[in-house]
Amino acid sequence: MSIQVNKAKCVSCGQCCDVCPGNLIQKDKNDKAYIKYPQECWGCIACVKECSVGAIKYHLGIDIGGKGGYLYTKNRGDYMDWFIVSLDRRKHQITINKKESNKY
Amino acid sequence: MRFEIKTIETDVLIIGGGTAGCFCALTISEQSDLNVVITDKAHIKRSGCLAAGVNALNAYIGKGETPESFVDYVRGDSEGVIREDLVYSIAQRLNKVAQRLEELGVPILKDQNGEYVQRGPRSVKINGENIKPLLAEAVLDKENINVLNHVNIVDYLVKDGVVVGAVGFSLKDNKIYEIYAKKTVCATGGAAGLYKPNNPAFSRHKMWYSPFNTGAGYAMGVRAGAEMTTFEMRFIALRCKDTIAPTGTISQGINTVQVNAKGEEYVGKYGEPTTYMRLYATVKENLKGNGPCFLKTRGITREQQNELIKAYLNMAPAQALKWVEMNSGPAEENVEIEGTEPYIVGGHAASGYWVDGDRRTTIQNLYAIGDVAGGSPKKYVTGCLAEGEIAAMSILETIKEGHIVRLSRDEISGKSKDILHFFSNEPPLYTIEEVEGAMQKVMDEYAGGISMAYIYNNAKLAIAAKRIEELLTIVEALKAESLHELLSIFEIIDRLFVCKVLIKHLEARQETRWRCYQENGDYPQKDDDRWMKYVNSVYKDGEVQIMLRELVGRDEAYEHPSQ
Repeated sequence: MSIQVNKAKCVSCGQCCDVCPGNLIQKDKNDKAYIKYPQECWGCIACVKECSVGAIKYHLGIDIGGKGGYLYTKNRGDYMDWFIVSLDRRKHQITINKKESNKY
Repeated sequence: MRFEIKTIETDVLIIGGGTAGCFCALTISEQSDLNVVITDKAHIKRSGCLAAGVNALNAYIGKGETPESFVDYVRGDSEGVIREDLVYSIAQRLNKVAQRLEELGVPILKDQNGEYVQRGPRSVKINGENIKPLLAEAVLDKENINVLNHVNIVDYLVKDGVVVGAVGFSLKDNKIYEIYAKKTVCATGGAAGLYKPNNPAFSRHKMWYSPFNTGAGYAMGVRAGAEMTTFEMRFIALRCKDTIAPTGTISQGINTVQVNAKGEEYVGKYGEPTTYMRLYATVKENLKGNGPCFLKTRGITREQQNELIKAYLNMAPAQALKWVEMNSGPAEENVEIEGTEPYIVGGHAASGYWVDGDRRTTIQNLYAIGDVAGGSPKKYVTGCLAEGEIAAMSILETIKEGHIVRLSRDEISGKSKDILHFFSNEPPLYTIEEVEGAMQKVMDEYAGGISMAYIYNNAKLAIAAKRIEELLTIVEALKAESLHELLSIFEIIDRLFVCKVLIKHLEARQETRWRCYQENGDYPQKDDDRWMKYVNSVYKDGEVQIMLRELVGRDEAYEHPSQ
């Protein structure tokens, strides 16, 4: 269970380092964020949601069925856009209104 | 390495900025001008077990239910050994705190008449994705609450048997914090990572409970001599296989049943479908060769599937990712389920500090709320909020009597050395990770982990106890190269203390009260004549001393003998 930071997109704001509940994300010598302890990640994706430039991707570990796809989010005020990209590059978008309750 | 000692004085110190801790702070802040400090080892915006969100409010008094019927339900589901007084005091506040959550911005589903839509008799539907940021925002708005993020508390400061504050270290810079308070509240959550997990390889932290909740509050209390209760009632969740995502969203949300590989509904074969019996039945079916077991979702509508995917994104995104990656979903494939490794967590089971009605522990000026407080299972999110409020009201009433007491410079210097000596240890034979693996292996094999179908006996526990003692010695020689490694060392020490107490409790209950949670191979039957009692313990002179206590009724005002 883990995340990857796209260093080209990272703007060094440090929000992900701050918000990770396991203190697992740090900055490298170029001031870019990276996950220092990928095996300790819970998969809560607090960092993915916090990243304002969409630089963080979340994937399933191969030991729990990961198939090479990944997930990221875009925050739009009251809405959250969720993108899931499969290995064959099909992109699914799911939009959730944060002000609406789950149906289940 | 040079470390600065930072000294802080406050009226109230709350250790842990989760739901219970934040709500306790908010209540105190709204009703007084007392100064409150919250410490959190991470950032309160996403710390603790609700980092990803939460799927429902599962402790609520729904239509046709009463606080009394709620207590009856919890007592029945927990085989009678609960603190009815504590559960009752929670039950009376559940709906009020749910409403407060809604005021803070958590969406709760309503019908055309503006009433909450129920998921079950004691459950309402919400969007809990944002619950932690909303609570954090409310806390940060308060002038008299000071939040210290990324500060890991290691131990209480105790003077003449009274808690006067706590000591810890920063994860961001070289600082030791000594914090003095008139009242201290422990709200650190329960303990994960004691047992070998479901996914022991790369995804070792893909678990039910937060892997960052490592029992610090329990361990600090144990070391300070606080009385603990019912550690033997472990909690084991029934979850979606591999992703360890919740099953209740499916089973309660769209009313599915549990089936085995042959398609048979199997739970009824084993007795009343209590929380632990649904798990026990699944374990048994697998042992009999009837697995895998599933939630029968095949045939649900596309619309239901889409809503389920949304619900999972809002609390356990791994499951949603898994479905989409599979190019399939619950409408086409049943959802496989499994039991997790055991946890110690007072919000679901009854393990934790032995507290009075005000949530005071047996150590003066120390309160315990939320997952660290024992005796009241099934409190969940709203129960944790209720306990935060109960403790806050007691603090508001009694704090006038309190005053700040400081430790001497020598005493603080000693505490600081206890923390920092891990930086100057010689390179050890074993790594932090190896010690963690050793602890989880011995607990799995000899204290009723997944590989043993959760069953233990006294001969096995004796082996576990001996090994945990050895590890408690070995861990002192570990070496830290960074603040994160220092945190990892303390997280192992705390879990070893929890294991030590847990083993004694498992041994003490000479019956099987809750299948899987506490299944004693030497005493495989429930024994109401002898064991309608609490197993409590106090750590003294290096030994865990067990004591049995009589049940407390719902209308009793329980007070600690010493207070």
